[in-house]
Amino acid sequence: MTEPAKPIIQIQNVSKRFGKVTAVDNVSLDINAGEFFVLLGPSGCGKTTLLRMIAGFELPTEGKILIDGQDMAGIPPNKRPVNMVFQSYAVFPHMSVADNVAYGLKIAGVKGGEVRDRVAEALELVKLGGFETRMPDQMSGGQRQRVALARSLVMRPKVLLLDEPLSALDAKLRAQMQFELSDLQEKVGITFVTVTHDQDEALSMACRIGVINKGEVAQLATPSDLYEYPANRFVADFVGSVNIFEGKLILDEPDKAAVDCPGLGKVYLNHGVTGPHGADVWVALRPEKIYLHVPGAGKAVNAAAQDAPDGHNFARGKIKGMSYLGDITLFEIELETGARIRVSRPNLSRHDQEDFTWDDKVSMHWRADSPVVLLG
Amino acid sequence: MAEQDWKTNRGVFAAVSLPTLLWVILFFLIPMAIVWLYSFGENKGLTEIDISGTLDNYKRATEWLYLTIFGKSFAVAALVTLICLIVGFPVAMAITFASEKWRPWLLLGIMLPFWTNLLIRTYALMMLLGTQGFANKGLGALWEGTSWIKTLVGLQPLPTWEPVQLLFNNFAVVFGLVYVHLPFMVLPLYAALDRLDRSLIEASLDLGAGHFRTIMRIVVPLAAPGIVAGVMITLIPALGAYLTPDLMGGTDSQMIANVIERQFKKANDWPFGAALSFLLIYAMFALIAIQSMRRKVPAVG
Repeated sequence: MTEPAKPIIQIQNVSKRFGKVTAVDNVSLDINAGEFFVLLGPSGCGKTTLLRMIAGFELPTEGKILIDGQDMAGIPPNKRPVNMVFQSYAVFPHMSVADNVAYGLKIAGVKGGEVRDRVAEALELVKLGGFETRMPDQMSGGQRQRVALARSLVMRPKVLLLDEPLSALDAKLRAQMQFELSDLQEKVGITFVTVTHDQDEALSMACRIGVINKGEVAQLATPSDLYEYPANRFVADFVGSVNIFEGKLILDEPDKAAVDCPGLGKVYLNHGVTGPHGADVWVALRPEKIYLHVPGAGKAVNAAAQDAPDGHNFARGKIKGMSYLGDITLFEIELETGARIRVSRPNLSRHDQEDFTWDDKVSMHWRADSPVVLLG
Repeated sequence: MAEQDWKTNRGVFAAVSLPTLLWVILFFLIPMAIVWLYSFGENKGLTEIDISGTLDNYKRATEWLYLTIFGKSFAVAALVTLICLIVGFPVAMAITFASEKWRPWLLLGIMLPFWTNLLIRTYALMMLLGTQGFANKGLGALWEGTSWIKTLVGLQPLPTWEPVQLLFNNFAVVFGLVYVHLPFMVLPLYAALDRLDRSLIEASLDLGAGHFRTIMRIVVPLAAPGIVAGVMITLIPALGAYLTPDLMGGTDSQMIANVIERQFKKANDWPFGAALSFLLIYAMFALIAIQSMRRKVPAVG
């Protein structure tokens, strides 16, 4: 951490318009050498366009893209020091695995013996050793993806671009590939830039995530910062699951703040939010940060306040919906105000899901540092 | 459900396929069988043919004179197919990569000639290529212009313009056949290229290949089924071409179909004409057999 991270890709005020449609709108961001960077956003947000501009398949309408300090304007895809793994993998169907992986090396003029060695090494890296003579139509989707990975990695690019790399795999394989991709990235030390709409994928693999919404960068942060400190309602809602309540900022001091939400009541925080007094704000509260229990359990006083530990916020409601997901149970609770809130509860023991049922009255409480106050 | 019925319910299947089957039997198989039988027959009088089982017609059909005409027909058809492929491939690629807005219009442009009768198109082409045609007028104007410029800079003028003989020779036949058959080549090529996954092309570029290498190593091999289809669909009709060599060819550019026509009409030797026809049909069978025996190319996508 002594030397500052060096940007390998610099995207400077890049916009891309297709006719009247603005796909990418004045985006500036730096991607550091050696990091696993993920562009996350809903479909049609412009993230793939951004990736394709780095690869050279689309040209920016405005702005500059620099790779390793070099301006990429006018440099075609086949001359850029980046390689891409396509969403459809784009493995050449008329070539064997070895020929696929050797394709770029042969074009680069690498000699026969070295080609063989590097192909074998790349296939070993993606755990496809021994598959050299297979044809792509004899392989599964996951294997074809590994071929596409090996074919790009064998070129030793400065940056590897991955377009929705896991979207076509089934859930189990996807989870496994998330770890493998992270491992691979650490092993080869190449900068990975991945595009995905899947937040789990982004959170599990990325060093840093750029959330893209409507062609703009909504937030640029590490996975945990993104989740715990979302910058706006879009990020809070898109990354993970969240309850959002509208309210007015009624107290804002360096060490405490309060928001009055018509839906949730007064929410107290143990830190300042630096917003103008009386401003319209939103309180975001993650379902897993809310504790759920039977009202008045262990105490005689039938008040939610008594159920909550000191310094916690509290609320009461009635269970209106439940879904048992195995590791957690998800509750939909109608608050006394009529608003609804989602709460998730880990099933720590085998019978935890039996603790509550529909129409049960429940108390909830959450720590004063759990809610996030959003200004936009 | 419907598909299952289709396969299992023989009654439906028969009802649907019967008209076509009858049509093919009545108007294709039976006439072909008659012609086939004629090829083993002899002329007895003006209209009478005795199917005696003789092989004389085939013996005569395989004489050197006719073999050279067969050979020449093959050569012309092959040349026409090759030119169609070389011209048609870039055209098909251009249509494939044209914008959504333009593609239907470009395809329409390819198919537009089919809206006019072949005879009329051929005559139009002849007007273009004649000694007084637009091609010669254009060339003449260029020639005169060059001559004039030469006199301007003080050089000797060129000799007077002699119209080029563009019609009634082998060139005219090949030109005419290419003109007629080009759409047959472009359409299957377009169909094959349109199915090609664009990301394969992008992957090739991404791995450092230039456009030419991408076309030769990725696009052409993957368009192979379309190329084969285009070649067959061009070669076979070109081989049996009759109208174009008849109207645009010279005395030495007759193709096998013209010889066959003469047997049925002027020479009134139906058995010999039938034998020649069936030799041509056998040759086409052989071509199709070779095509279906070639190694299966893995499906695109």
